[in-house]
Amino acid sequence: MNEPVLVEVKNLKRYFPVNTGFLRTTPLKAVDDVSFTIGRGETLGLVGESGCGKSTVGRTILHLYKPTAGEVIFDGKTVGPGTIKEFRRRAQIVFQDPYSSLNPRLTVADIVGEPLDVNKLCKTRKERTERVRELLATVGISSEQMTRYAHEFSGGQRQRIGIARALASRPEFIVCDEPVSALDVSIQAQVVNMFEDLQSQFGLSYLFIAHDLSVVKHISSRIAVMYLGHIVEIAGANELYRHAVHPYTVSLLSAVPVPDPERARASHRIVLEGDVPSPLHMPSGCPFRTRCSRATAKCAESCPQLEEVAPGHMAACLEL
Amino acid sequence: MDTVKPKKNPFSLQLDPELFKPASDEEKAQVVTQRESVSFMRDAMRRLVHNRMAMVCLVILVVITLIAIIVPMIYPYTYTQQDVTAKYLRPFQYSAKEQARIAAGQKVFPHIMGTDNLGRDYAIRVIYGTRISLMVGFISALIVVIIGILYGAISGYFGGRVDLIMMRIVDIIYSLPDVLIVILLSVAIKDFISTSKNDLIVRLGAGMISIFIVFGLLYWVGMARQVRGQILSIKEQEYVMASKAAGASAMYIIFKHMIPNCISVIIITAAMQIPSAIFTESFLSFVGMGVSIPMPSLGSLASDARSGLTSYPYMLLFPALTIFLIVLSFNLLGNGLRDAFDPKLRS
Repeated sequence: MNEPVLVEVKNLKRYFPVNTGFLRTTPLKAVDDVSFTIGRGETLGLVGESGCGKSTVGRTILHLYKPTAGEVIFDGKTVGPGTIKEFRRRAQIVFQDPYSSLNPRLTVADIVGEPLDVNKLCKTRKERTERVRELLATVGISSEQMTRYAHEFSGGQRQRIGIARALASRPEFIVCDEPVSALDVSIQAQVVNMFEDLQSQFGLSYLFIAHDLSVVKHISSRIAVMYLGHIVEIAGANELYRHAVHPYTVSLLSAVPVPDPERARASHRIVLEGDVPSPLHMPSGCPFRTRCSRATAKCAESCPQLEEVAPGHMAACLEL
Repeated sequence: MDTVKPKKNPFSLQLDPELFKPASDEEKAQVVTQRESVSFMRDAMRRLVHNRMAMVCLVILVVITLIAIIVPMIYPYTYTQQDVTAKYLRPFQYSAKEQARIAAGQKVFPHIMGTDNLGRDYAIRVIYGTRISLMVGFISALIVVIIGILYGAISGYFGGRVDLIMMRIVDIIYSLPDVLIVILLSVAIKDFISTSKNDLIVRLGAGMISIFIVFGLLYWVGMARQVRGQILSIKEQEYVMASKAAGASAMYIIFKHMIPNCISVIIITAAMQIPSAIFTESFLSFVGMGVSIPMPSLGSLASDARSGLTSYPYMLLFPALTIFLIVLSFNLLGNGLRDAFDPKLRS
C-alpha cells in the first residue's frame, strides 16, 4: 500500500444477542475479530456469501451498530464519544435498497439536504438550495426534480439520490453497502462508473461491499473475502484473482461465470458441500473447516490468524 | 428505383408515410408537461374527498359542531332558565302565558323541542349537551394524541429495556377499569371542586373533571401501542439509519422521520378515539357520574327523559338521536380516513 491509511479497523467484533429460551440469550457472532486498513483514495472490496456479516462490518465501522469490541481509527483518531460528531460528517454510507433508503414523505431536496441540516453546514436557505442543486447535478439529476418525492423516481435514479445524500457533507470515506445489487445490469454499470468518477473527483475512499465478484474486481484496488464473520483472505485485486490461496476464495472464484464457453468448459468448478454453519453454533477452530476439502484434525483445534503469504497478501488457513 | 406503393389491402400494415407530419413545437411542449408532484398527504386527501360516505359524515359533524358553538350565543333561552308555567310543552307548543304575550303582539321564540319538567327550553339543553359531548371527545383526542405519540415514539425508538419497562406500564394502565376510577376520583375531588374559585370548574363539577383526568391518565395507551408498533417497523428502514449516519439526534429522527410516517395511524386512531370518549361520557352521565346539574349532557338528558318515557318519548329521542349521529359519523369518518391513508388495508 502506498497511500496513507485513512481508516484502520482493529479487532472489530459485533455480537447480536439472540433469545434462545426463557431469559436466556446466546450471542450471534456476526462479525468476529476483523482487522484491516483502507488507504486514502483507495477502494477495498468486501465479498462473501449472504449472511457472512459483510453489511454488519460496514455498519459497525460507522458505529451505526455499537461495536461489541475493537476499535475504528479514522485519520489517526479513535472513533469514540468525543470524535463521533466529526466522524459522522466525514464518513458516510450508501445503502443497498434504493426503496427503503429514502423517506417517502420528503422531497428530494430535503433528503439530499438532510446531512447539511443536521451538521449545520449551510448558513442560509439559499446556500442550501444551491448546494443541493450542485449535488444533484453531480449525480446527474436535474434540479427541476428537486421538489419531487422519492417514489416518482426509478431504482437507478433513487440510488443516485442516495449517493448525492452521502456526498452532501463532503465525506472522505463512504461505505457502499451493496449499492448495485438491487439494480439491473445496465444501471449497475452506470452507477459503478459514477462511483469511480466521484472517487477521482473528490479523492474518496470506499469500502465496497458486494457479492458480485466481477463488479468488485472492476472497482476495487484490494479485496477482502469474508466467511462467517471472519476475514479469510485479503489481497490486491489482481493478486487475489490470480493467486488465491484460501480454499474458500478458490471455490468462490471458480464459481464466477466466464463469458467464453471454450474457457468455461476447460475450467474446473469447485462445488462446496453442505451448508454454511449457523453463526449461533460456530464450528470450533477454523470456521470453514466443515466444508473445506483440505481440512484436517488440526483445523478443529485453533482458529487460524491472517498471515502474510506474499507481500500485501494475507490469508487465514493452517494448511498453506 | 421505383418505390413500392402501399397495398390497398385493409389488413396491410404498410402505412403511407405521407399521412404523418412532424409535430409542432406547441404539440411537443404539451407532451413534455410533467405530472404535478403529489405529496402523500394530498394524495390521501384526494382519496378522502372521493369517499362520499366519509364526506357526508364530515359535513354532519361540521354542522353539529357549528351549531353547538354558535347557537347558544344567539339563542333567546338559556339552559338554566326555568318557567314553572311552561312545564312539559310539546315541540312548538306555547304556554298560556306565552300565548297571552303573542296575543298582545309580542314575538315569542318557539320551543323547538318543547320544554322539560322545570319548564326549561329543551332545544338549548340538547345543544349544550352536544357541546359537552364534543368537548369531551376533542379534548380526550388531544390528550391521547400528545401523550400517546410521545410515549409510543420514545418506547419504540429506544427499544430494549426502556421499551420493556414502558410497555409493562402500558399493560398495567390497560388493565385499570376506567369507570371505577372515575367514580373513586370524583368522590375524592368533590370537596376541592366545590370550593374552587374558578367558575368553569365549579360548573363542570367533580364528575366531569374526573372524566377528563381519567381520559388523560388511561386513554392514551391504545395510541401509544399503535405508534410504538409503527415506529418499530420504521426503525428498520434504511433512511433512518442514513439519518443516523449523517449525525442526526434521536429527537430529530423521531420528529422528522418517524412521526410523519406514523401520521396515518395517528389520525385514524384519534378519529376512532373521539366516539369512544363521547360514548363513555354519555354513559357515565347517564348513570349520574358525569356533569353536575344544572349543566346538561346528552347522557344525563337521556337519563332524565327515562322517567316520563311513556308520556314524552321525544325527550329521549332528541339526545339519543344526537349521540347516535355524532358517534356514527365519527366512526364512518374514521373508516374513510383509514381507507384514504392506508389503501392497502381496504378489503
